[in-house]
Amino acid sequence: MTRVWASGLFVALLVAVVWSFVAAYDTELWLPQQASSFAGEVDALFNSILLALTVAFVAVMAILILAVWRGAARTERARTSHGDVRLELLWTLVPAAVLVWIAVAQGPTWRAMKGDAALLDRPALARVEAAQFDWRFRYPGADGVYDTADDLLCVHELVVPAGEPVVLAMRTRDVIHSFFVPDFRLKQDILPGRDTKLWFQAPASGLHELVCAELCGWGHYKMAGVVRVVAREDYAAHLAELALRLTHNGTEERP
Amino acid sequence: MSRLRQGWSHVWSLDHKTIGVQFLISSLVMLLLGGLLAMAVRWQLAWPWTEMPIVGRALFGDHGRVMSPEGYTALFTMHGTVMIFFVVIPLLTGAFGNYLIPLMIGARDMAFPRLNAFSFWIMVPGIACALAGFALEGGAAAAGWTAYPPLSTVLGAAPGSGAGQTLWLWALFFSGLSSLSGAINYVVTIVTMRAPGMSLMRMPLTVWGLFVAAALQCMALPVLTAATVLQYSDRALGTGFYSDAGTPLLWQHLFWFYSHPAVYVMVVPAMGMVSDILSVHSRKPVFGYKPMVWAMVAITGLGVLVWGHHMFVSGMSPIAGTGFMLSTILIALPSAVKTFNWLGTVWGGRLRLNAALLYALGFVSMFVIGGLSGIWMAATPVDVYMHDTYVVVAHFHYIVFGGTLFGVFAALHHWFPKITGKRLDERLGKIHFVGTFVLTNAVFLPMHQAGFAGMVRRIADPYAYKAFEPLRELNVYITIAALCLFAWQIFFVINLIKSLWGGAPAGSNPWEAASLEWEASSPPPHDNFDRDVVVVRGPYEYGDAAGEKDWLPQAQPLERSTP
Repeated sequence: MTRVWASGLFVALLVAVVWSFVAAYDTELWLPQQASSFAGEVDALFNSILLALTVAFVAVMAILILAVWRGAARTERARTSHGDVRLELLWTLVPAAVLVWIAVAQGPTWRAMKGDAALLDRPALARVEAAQFDWRFRYPGADGVYDTADDLLCVHELVVPAGEPVVLAMRTRDVIHSFFVPDFRLKQDILPGRDTKLWFQAPASGLHELVCAELCGWGHYKMAGVVRVVAREDYAAHLAELALRLTHNGTEERP
Repeated sequence: MSRLRQGWSHVWSLDHKTIGVQFLISSLVMLLLGGLLAMAVRWQLAWPWTEMPIVGRALFGDHGRVMSPEGYTALFTMHGTVMIFFVVIPLLTGAFGNYLIPLMIGARDMAFPRLNAFSFWIMVPGIACALAGFALEGGAAAAGWTAYPPLSTVLGAAPGSGAGQTLWLWALFFSGLSSLSGAINYVVTIVTMRAPGMSLMRMPLTVWGLFVAAALQCMALPVLTAATVLQYSDRALGTGFYSDAGTPLLWQHLFWFYSHPAVYVMVVPAMGMVSDILSVHSRKPVFGYKPMVWAMVAITGLGVLVWGHHMFVSGMSPIAGTGFMLSTILIALPSAVKTFNWLGTVWGGRLRLNAALLYALGFVSMFVIGGLSGIWMAATPVDVYMHDTYVVVAHFHYIVFGGTLFGVFAALHHWFPKITGKRLDERLGKIHFVGTFVLTNAVFLPMHQAGFAGMVRRIADPYAYKAFEPLRELNVYITIAALCLFAWQIFFVINLIKSLWGGAPAGSNPWEAASLEWEASSPPPHDNFDRDVVVVRGPYEYGDAAGEKDWLPQAQPLERSTP
């Protein structure tokens, strides 16, 4: 009796785990849309690791279930065995090979995400100035220099051009925050006292949620923002509009 | 009067068994408290900003029994702190380490009984400091159990960063002293006090697990304890170790230098205990004893080299990230070796499907889930996405709850007869196992999917983000399962009470187990053994080659002088 329900429980676990992944696949309970140049690569890596994990999990559970099913019914004594060198070698070397493959396979994506020096040394498109509990953004303005009179400031929404590499310089005014855009598969902590750079390239226009991923105080939960990707000409228009909004003194007719 | 005096002397006992039981009781009480905190956290995630029944009055009475955002940050901070520093670590090393090490190596007590008592009693002010935070104006510490500066060091950065954080640092300091003095004791005891014939390679894996965990604590724990002193100094004396003059990254390095190894401290002893329990109740030797020992040693050695995988998105150099990726991937290997050897142990065994074995099998199945999902986090590009999401929450709860706590339940069923002389009720044990097993998975499995969707940790109201709105139903379901899981533990409490009062007498060796602790009577007397034990074989002689009864005890049998 115990044998039946105990084996049943482990079968149920195996089925539940596999089902929970299959049922969630490509729904809103799965990775969100891919909206950066490296998002596809990250997801491909995620999927191939998932495949390896599934094989390992199903194999382990199958052996466990069979061992319980047969072992609980067994009446004769177990064979006294202290191990087997060949088996040990087998189950050391096979996982080792898979792990080496994972270590090697993730290299190019990691390099792509982190960008090279030439890329990150480009002038930053905007500066992220995180603060408890909102996202503030600063464009350098016409002179291309930060912290000058023509800087363009805005909160909550960062607008960037589509189809070209965007470099951001990030600062925090207080504690550590983390710049997380799920659709970009991009996350970077922002540390006090230093400029942290990151880059991404969004192929198409769209609206993407910006999340603070590092606990930053009582209002951490509401530190939401938006990254809006627009076509190059719309981007220029947006900056012009921003400049107008910041310099307009409210008395004259707007052009 | 004399009984009172006897009881009083019991409280201040230097006997390793009494101290072990003191750790056990304090950890189980704190487990209940940590569980309640988790329930409050889950309530908020399912039904944010609604009136919380039962605990709402105690926690947020002045707030209309509704969670406040700062209250939420204090809750998960204290849930993590309580569970890690006052439940899991003292439960494994304090309770089982104390109780089992001398008995299993054939010693009459620990090497330093006074230091041993100190290691328990210094934890008490630690617990007091941790709990006192809730009574403060600003509330308990609220900077996460990781306490990253400057959130934790700047008084105005978070409501709990005033006196609450100071108390939290004291709590960690005391807990660090407790663990360190225990760890030194365990290492010295195991190295110097083994019975004649008990070579290192004849020690049960339980002792090996506790041994390597203690060694790991000796290596890494002083770093965290020193780091808390530096943080205290930054706050109280105005130094700048973690701010302008230094860097917040320094704290992250120092913190994780111990707190990642702490994860192995929280699981390796459970691995050892589960290995023993699988072997005894499968009536079969542990498969691959030496690979099991070397896997534990490898986990310990690599364990101090992997802390940087918590910092892949911290702004640490990407090249350092690659190094930590490699060491982290490497540490998956000994875990895989252990898993396959557990399967090898039960394979072909004559299984007694009692509660102890069921919990041990539960440990294996869920440790595998938690271990495998860790591989995503070792692969840096995937970790960038997973970091600080619910995938991580699912991952470590599968290790610490599905793994370690199930190992603890297995160990309690297995060694309760030794500790008390009475057996736990099998039927209640099985009922408790089934519900806990089903509900644990019901709670933690869907957290993977929440994390895939990007839901981050430590947010009081996930639905402040449009992207997480579709997760509301899932969170309600997880919370209901969590409440049931919490309620289900009543079967364990009933079982403890019922068995303590009216449990069947256990005898000295109810499981026909071979290791030395079963040579002593149950409960063992003050000096453990009524004779000097001499060890003549390894701890796992079970099966068809092991004499007439299918097992052979580790100790040389008593010579009969009279027929």
